[in-house]
Amino acid sequence: MKSLKMKKKFRPGGKRTDNRSLFGLLGPYLILFTTFIAVPVLLAILLSFTYFNSVEPPTFNGIQNYVYMVTQDESFLKYIIPNTLLFAFVVGPGGYVLQFLLAWELAHIQRIPRTIFALVFYSPSMTGGVAMAVIWRVIFSGDQYGYINNLLMRAGMISQPIQWLTDPRFLMTIMILVSLWSAMGVGFLAMLSGILNVDPQLYEAAYVDGVSSRWQEIVYITVPAMKPQMLFGAVMSIVSAFSAGQIGVDLAGVNPTPQNAGQTMITHIADHGFIQYNMGYASALSVVLLIFMFLSSQFADYIFGTDD
Amino acid sequence: MSSYMGRKINPQRFDRSQIRSYLILIPVSIIMVLPIIYVVVTAFKPLNELFAYPPKFFVRNPSLQNFRDLWRVSQSMGIPFSRYLINSIVSTALVVILSIALSLTTGYALSKKDFRGRNVIATINTVSLMFVPTAVGIPRYLIISGVGLTNTFWVHIFPMLAMPVGLFLVKQFIDTVPNSLIESARIDGAGDFWIVHKIIAPIVKPALATVGLLAFQSSWNAIEASTIYITNDALKTLPFYLSVLTSQQNLVAGAGLSAAATLIQLLPNMIIFIILQSRVMNTMAHSGIK
Repeated sequence: MKSLKMKKKFRPGGKRTDNRSLFGLLGPYLILFTTFIAVPVLLAILLSFTYFNSVEPPTFNGIQNYVYMVTQDESFLKYIIPNTLLFAFVVGPGGYVLQFLLAWELAHIQRIPRTIFALVFYSPSMTGGVAMAVIWRVIFSGDQYGYINNLLMRAGMISQPIQWLTDPRFLMTIMILVSLWSAMGVGFLAMLSGILNVDPQLYEAAYVDGVSSRWQEIVYITVPAMKPQMLFGAVMSIVSAFSAGQIGVDLAGVNPTPQNAGQTMITHIADHGFIQYNMGYASALSVVLLIFMFLSSQFADYIFGTDD
Repeated sequence: MSSYMGRKINPQRFDRSQIRSYLILIPVSIIMVLPIIYVVVTAFKPLNELFAYPPKFFVRNPSLQNFRDLWRVSQSMGIPFSRYLINSIVSTALVVILSIALSLTTGYALSKKDFRGRNVIATINTVSLMFVPTAVGIPRYLIISGVGLTNTFWVHIFPMLAMPVGLFLVKQFIDTVPNSLIESARIDGAGDFWIVHKIIAPIVKPALATVGLLAFQSSWNAIEASTIYITNDALKTLPFYLSVLTSQQNLVAGAGLSAAATLIQLLPNMIIFIILQSRVMNTMAHSGIK
């Protein structure tokens, strides 16, 4: 009797046989999750091995899409991969560090001003990309009415207005700035909360042990104490770093962007899938994107993961 | 004993050492808030100020002309502005309510029920935090057309309901609810749904508020359904109308309209965040991935 009891961890929710209410609790979510998240991922993997133009049924063509990707698709290796990686590395880790440092400073001021600053930092992430892209298009407008052009011309730094959003030299930089601007999302709030909830006794003990600078404090106490929040924030940053590339098309107003300057995986997928109806190939691109995200998350897990 | 003493986390009163934080926070927040202020002032600019050269940042004679034009332009397109607004409000309200209910019941089952596959489901959900819809746009499109949601109002709702982040946050929060509370209710003969409704929900309110906020943002700002899945303009939502306005040729004249529309779009997000922010922060304390 006793051993039985110990073996089976008691859960107050009830016995295993309670199937009907279990289905009622879990069923709807599982059905929706399977339909709109799990099946699309599996379908992407399957379709990536086919030729599919969305009119005729898909035909199996082995790894041809992947071969095409690295041998035939001229823009893929030349623009898409470098652009995606550059964008993801700056916006991902860059945004992540920015989130942490702002959260760290916010944690050191009083509650009311902290709430106001947090609202200011969080607001940009609330607007959809589309909503704000309009605003950026006016601010970076290519004629003399554009604010940036006007400022620079009045300061005498340029004599002719610059086509910020259609000039390949500037588009990527603007995409990165805009994405960093809207990077303080849920992950930022999680990290702020994590910093605020570190046990103050840990710091006191560390001062006694000779921690002698702010950086040591962050590296040896704060970050280890809030690893789970750091990991949550990292996953959120990775997701947005790889999926925020859409902003390039929103800013430039065309897909593909001029001379592929702001073309990333997300917009390349949309270009092949929804514009050229090359859905097998677009699926192969999606699979590559998912692999990028998965590997990045594994890396984050390696750094911040706990064994529990 | 070391001479170094770090600055206090979450201080109760002002101290000189906080000045350095403000020296960083104030300039950054000014840069971050400028585009938002731009939206607000531009929304209230009359036409002659929009075309003024050189452009002035602030508005001289605020007017509601842009908001009136929003109604007028939409009428010339055949669908009144109010139609988009009502579509947005109804679909967002449904998404918020249903995703709160779903993450609550599912979170309870994953946290407090004992069944085979429990940990597998929880792990799959955590992994799928990164499978954002945008990454699998093509197959998602095929599924949504396949299940017959195209050109129905429901396409605004069903694909948005399963929200891995929401379930994740609620489950983490329910993990902190003591089992003894549920045990005693069960001894009194309570069923699962009664327990969820009367015991779990009140305790995890902050997490539910957070799910509500996230669901609100994703639904209120969503444009894919309107652009990809719906051809009937009468079923489309506000963000779609906004994007139509912005594709107009004259960016300067359109700027006032766009700013007014953006403001209408943005304001509810901000108000809801202000109302819910303390609950959201409370939830985020449990957001860690272990």
